[in-house]
Amino acid sequence: PTAVVRTTRATSPMLLLHPSRGLIDEKFSLIVQNLSQIQDITLHALIHSDDGDYWEAFGHYVSDATGFVNVANDSSLGGTYDGVEPMGLLWSMRPVPGSRIGLRLRKKEVHTPMVVHISVYRGHMSQGFREQVALASVVTERWYMAPGVRRVDITEGGITGTLFLPPGPGPFPALLDLWGGGGGLVEYRSALLSSHGFVSLALEYMTPRTSGGSTSHVGNEYFEAAFTVLKQHPQVCGDSIAILGLSFGTSVALGMAVYSTVIQPRCLVCVSGSHVQPVKGSLSDVFGEINKYVYYHMFKDNRVIWRDLLLPIPTDPTKKVDVGQLKCPVLMIVGEDDQNWPATESAEDMKQMMEKAGNSHLLTTLSYPGAGHLIEPPYSPHIRASNFMVAETKQKLVVLWGGETAPHGHAQEDSWKKILSFLEEHLYRSTDVTSQSNL
Amino acid sequence: MSIPPSLPICGCFCLVFFYRCLSTMVGTYPLLSVQPMRGLVDEKIQVVVRNLPPALSVTLHSLHRSEDNDFWEAFGHYTSNDQGMVTVAKDASLGGTYEGAEPMGLLWSMQPVPGSRTGLSGHMTEGFSKQSPLATVVTERWYMAPGVCRIHIREHGVRGTLFLPPGPGPFPGVLDMWGGGGGLVEYRSCLLASHGFVSMALEYLSHDKNRTSDIESTTYFEKAFRIVQEHPLVMKDRVALFGLSLGASVALNLAAYSKDISPKCCVCISGSHVHRVNQAFSKVFRKMNKDGYKTRFDEEGRVVWRDFILPIPTDLGEKVDMGRIKCPLMLVVGEDDQNLATVESAKDMTQMMRAAGNEHLLTILQYPDAGHLIEMPYTPHFRASSFIVQQTGQKVMVLWGGYTKPHADAQEDFWEKSLSFLRQHLYPSPDSVPKAKL
Repeated sequence: PTAVVRTTRATSPMLLLHPSRGLIDEKFSLIVQNLSQIQDITLHALIHSDDGDYWEAFGHYVSDATGFVNVANDSSLGGTYDGVEPMGLLWSMRPVPGSRIGLRLRKKEVHTPMVVHISVYRGHMSQGFREQVALASVVTERWYMAPGVRRVDITEGGITGTLFLPPGPGPFPALLDLWGGGGGLVEYRSALLSSHGFVSLALEYMTPRTSGGSTSHVGNEYFEAAFTVLKQHPQVCGDSIAILGLSFGTSVALGMAVYSTVIQPRCLVCVSGSHVQPVKGSLSDVFGEINKYVYYHMFKDNRVIWRDLLLPIPTDPTKKVDVGQLKCPVLMIVGEDDQNWPATESAEDMKQMMEKAGNSHLLTTLSYPGAGHLIEPPYSPHIRASNFMVAETKQKLVVLWGGETAPHGHAQEDSWKKILSFLEEHLYRSTDVTSQSNL
Repeated sequence: MSIPPSLPICGCFCLVFFYRCLSTMVGTYPLLSVQPMRGLVDEKIQVVVRNLPPALSVTLHSLHRSEDNDFWEAFGHYTSNDQGMVTVAKDASLGGTYEGAEPMGLLWSMQPVPGSRTGLSGHMTEGFSKQSPLATVVTERWYMAPGVCRIHIREHGVRGTLFLPPGPGPFPGVLDMWGGGGGLVEYRSCLLASHGFVSMALEYLSHDKNRTSDIESTTYFEKAFRIVQEHPLVMKDRVALFGLSLGASVALNLAAYSKDISPKCCVCISGSHVHRVNQAFSKVFRKMNKDGYKTRFDEEGRVVWRDFILPIPTDLGEKVDMGRIKCPLMLVVGEDDQNLATVESAKDMTQMMRAAGNEHLLTILQYPDAGHLIEMPYTPHFRASSFIVQQTGQKVMVLWGGYTKPHADAQEDFWEKSLSFLRQHLYPSPDSVPKAKL
């Protein structure tokens, strides 16, 4: 152990961070004061993830004549981010040197916050943070669940999922929250949506426990059952249910919205996905179809690129969802550097189909240059590639998602704001539906 | 009558309900938001309601369940504007437990929940538990910021709780002392640590009668001060005294007479120099007993002790020699203090310091219509409460004084100013530019 020598300093630097406990999508303000004038400092953020890995970010700053650094106004001169970036210490995080490869930072336990240690160091450092004593440190908690949000395990109706409910009597608008081909039960986005006033059902469908773990049992009925669970919930306003899908979840959302008579969403949010899929058959059939054409593009770092699998966008109508039949507003979010799905090309094709059918006024597309596939809630770190297990075959690969850190970070922040606005507009404010609330 | 809420260190839940009765609303959902959802006890909240029809009568209601299972509530009556919004920071409450534009009224005007009856107007005044609200949010109020560490202290006979801010330090220190109610009251020290001070809440009047006899002289307090001072994370020459009521008297005595310790500055709330607590506590209490005849009772039979130290003695032997104070001193006084004659004491202290030539060290914060218990901002005020007399174990209803709104204003203002005062004197900085306030 190294001896720590305490020298009397002329100043006692202070870190002021606000709010000290926030939601994961909230901005914080960060100020360092009581530094010397024109002093080089490094701001450093550290997270110890649920999986036991360490993630860090850092920025190089110079204090002004009064010994202040204000991250909202001052420019980072280098580090894991540069320029004026109030939240750079979060979205530019990456695994610390020496970590396992292919990591992705995802919160499994949503009842507890992500705890971030923010420190200020003397000088412009890029490594060796562990061996240095910081000038000052604070801790901030970043929560997916707002106080009062309730989490309920759902196993009824033959489905597997987790329901999140906002505090209060309701009724509330609701969301069916669908992740992608990675499978599993991913809860954090639903927890966060619930913190914004929606009932949200995170659905496990790639490897649902109730169907014996195989997608051959997951057909359209599975999603219809999930939608019905929401519709019949006493705290949900049955006419105000939307579907939010990412990646393969987008395919499900579009397919169900067009072809299911049971599922009638008020609106759709489709992130990084495509309408290209065989229109008939169960989920398993869809995967079967995709698997037929699977071949790997091995990038030089052994990363798999899957974006070409669905290209070129077919002209055959049996191979893509007839989006001309959509009756509800759709928000499409695409990253222009998506290396996993041809989201940009799909969005373009969808627009053409809808223009021909006369319902393109329902479509809004947000396209982000430099953003990759995994457009998540804001301030989560961007990863260009990560470990991936193919649900059906249990194969382990490293998949290239795409995107560059800064534009991807901005895309997450901007798209999330717009998603919440869109949902609020169509689920909370629409007056052309009879309310079942207790008003 | 009410017992003061034992506000938890880790948070309290405050449900902000939103009620409306009578007229129907079709197809819209009121959106209620409270920011921050998780804040420190001394942080302001922004309460906004959106998506209402214009000119609608609504009631905003807050509810807190204390650790003792008592329910406290506050409510305000509002009318939505043309955009269908209510913004508590700007709009005036037309009635309820507070009125006018009061951003924090839903917290500081809280009162114990009475027995309920149903009310049937858009503006409700009671029976909230029987009505279903339109919307609810929950907000947490924390004394403890993330990273603050709580440490049990039992050292050399000293009993207390130490709170450490996160980080490598070193930090300035505070010895924090409550009043004659005794016991170990931690929350103010916890909040001070959340603001960057190492702070020790000191127990010096135990509810266990056998223990009080341990504390016979100032050596107990000096030992406690040194525990803070000698902590590896504390700047040795930057330790302050912070006291309320009897604790304030202890602070004054230490600052004036101790040869062993030198506080860098003192904050004394609702205290007096007339208690010579550098004598044994038993002596102090014997004197108080002798003055028992000075007890008065108000029209509701509540005990008023403010006359005990009146008239302020002229004999120097009966009060702290204020001329001996060598450090900056902040006195906080409520003009409606019914428990201790703090206004008269403050005046006398000023005169003594003027005569001795050290008046420049003195800052007085004096608040009209504030009472004795000047506590954390936005915590409810109560004009009287149940109190257990130390030596006899007797339970009485003591009048503290103060009126809700001015007392709330005093709590908010004094806390901000005393934090500033502590920072100014305890944080070394190259200049005295006022610090940023977030």
